[in-house]
Amino acid sequence: MKLEVKNLTKKFGNTIAVKRINFQIEKNSTLGLLGPNGCGKTTSIGMMLGLITPTEGKVFIDGINLDPKNRIRLLSKMNFASPYIELPKKLTVKQNLEVYARLYGVKKISSRINEMTDELNLSNFLERKTGELSSGQKNRVALAKSLINKPNLLFLDEPTASLDPDVGDFVREYLENYKKKNELTILLASHNMKEVERLCDKIIMMKDGEIVDSGTCNELIQKHGRKNLEETFLKIARSKNELG
Amino acid sequence: MSWAKIFALSLRHIYLIKGSFPRILDLIYWPTIQIFLWGFISKFFTMNSSYFENTVGVILSAAILYDFLFRSSISYNMMFLEEIWSRNFTNLFIAPIKLSEIIAALTFTAIFRTLIGLIPAALLAIPLFGVSIFKIGLPLILLLVTLYLFGVTLGLMVTSGLVRFGPSFENIAWASLFFLAPLGCIYYPIEVLPGWLQLAAKLLPLVYIFEEMRNILIYDIISYYQISKAVVISILYFIFGVILFYLSYAGAKNRGTLINMGE
Repeated sequence: MKLEVKNLTKKFGNTIAVKRINFQIEKNSTLGLLGPNGCGKTTSIGMMLGLITPTEGKVFIDGINLDPKNRIRLLSKMNFASPYIELPKKLTVKQNLEVYARLYGVKKISSRINEMTDELNLSNFLERKTGELSSGQKNRVALAKSLINKPNLLFLDEPTASLDPDVGDFVREYLENYKKKNELTILLASHNMKEVERLCDKIIMMKDGEIVDSGTCNELIQKHGRKNLEETFLKIARSKNELG
Repeated sequence: MSWAKIFALSLRHIYLIKGSFPRILDLIYWPTIQIFLWGFISKFFTMNSSYFENTVGVILSAAILYDFLFRSSISYNMMFLEEIWSRNFTNLFIAPIKLSEIIAALTFTAIFRTLIGLIPAALLAIPLFGVSIFKIGLPLILLLVTLYLFGVTLGLMVTSGLVRFGPSFENIAWASLFFLAPLGCIYYPIEVLPGWLQLAAKLLPLVYIFEEMRNILIYDIISYYQISKAVVISILYFIFGVILFYLSYAGAKNRGTLINMGE
């Protein structure tokens, strides 16, 4: 799916959270959404998921406007994972995945659950309550939920935050392999620059609600004359201070 | 509306209840305590005043029906609060579900939670106090349906507040029914209220429901006109509740509170 954002703006009272952002993600590519805390990433993702009404601007998915009329149709092909939202803790992994499979209208529910849990090494935890799992296991369950409907557009908000390097690497590798086998466009918001370098085809940098730069990792690193993406991020994030 | 999605949403709450014995116990506990409390108070009055001689059944039936209303409203709120407490809110609202399906799922699932509490309490009252609400007969179904509709409406209104203002609205959820109880004329006739409060009370379906319950149990008279009045008022409130929910949802989307809503 192709995602296109046009003049997207969100004001909360007098505060401008997101200011006229424009970008697009080509089908089957991965875009990294970077920026310091409070720069408007979550608000932008909220608008792209139809959870926040933009003050101005529009979101198009495969050319279809994400308005209330098309929302249900488009949401069935999208999904979202974030460590800041959770699945019901008292339900088992299997029950949670079953509920969401039904909500997304998945056809062969049992086989899809088995397929996902096999791939994500969760088969042994199917009957365990989600709240009893470690953060690494919970993270993989959240990822299974976000892929249960075989989405064509996936929003990932810091998918490896709070994971140990081993599990983090497993998740990144899984996403890389999953993308090779499936038609999937990803918008990835992350503070892990190595993750962004590994997974993203293109990056946009946000600051104070605006897009301040965009390009491939190498393009941005070269443009700003830095050694790596982390240094580039720091330069852009602190640019006002340097100027001041 | 998709019945498969409504079922899926209901399933989430059925799994939750099924998997937790303390939750089932909690659902049964409070209605049973109510029955014991009102049963013994009524029995005490019977022993000490000839006026109350024939009204034990009336008071106890009123307690059971009021509890049914209370449980249906609280069940509705609780299921929604569960989504907030478990931080599942965002997952739910990015799934391809219509608001009408969420309302329908909560409405249908609340009946299970309510009946888990009501049935044991109503059955317990028969051997313990010799009182059976089933004596009301067929009109009982109409009274229960009307009470349920109004209970769910109250739940819907509080849920609208939760959507709009977030978890800070939780206390209102618990207080809402206690606020309406004095006006509902549950244990006493409307004439007990001062004139101006009678006018306010007549805007609620509860007055007609409990008045009819007393008429049936004491005088063996049924006024379907009064019952239909209660049904119509409840439906009007329900429509208002649905509109309020849609408006609150739109407000929450504008304020950006649907994302990351949690404890």
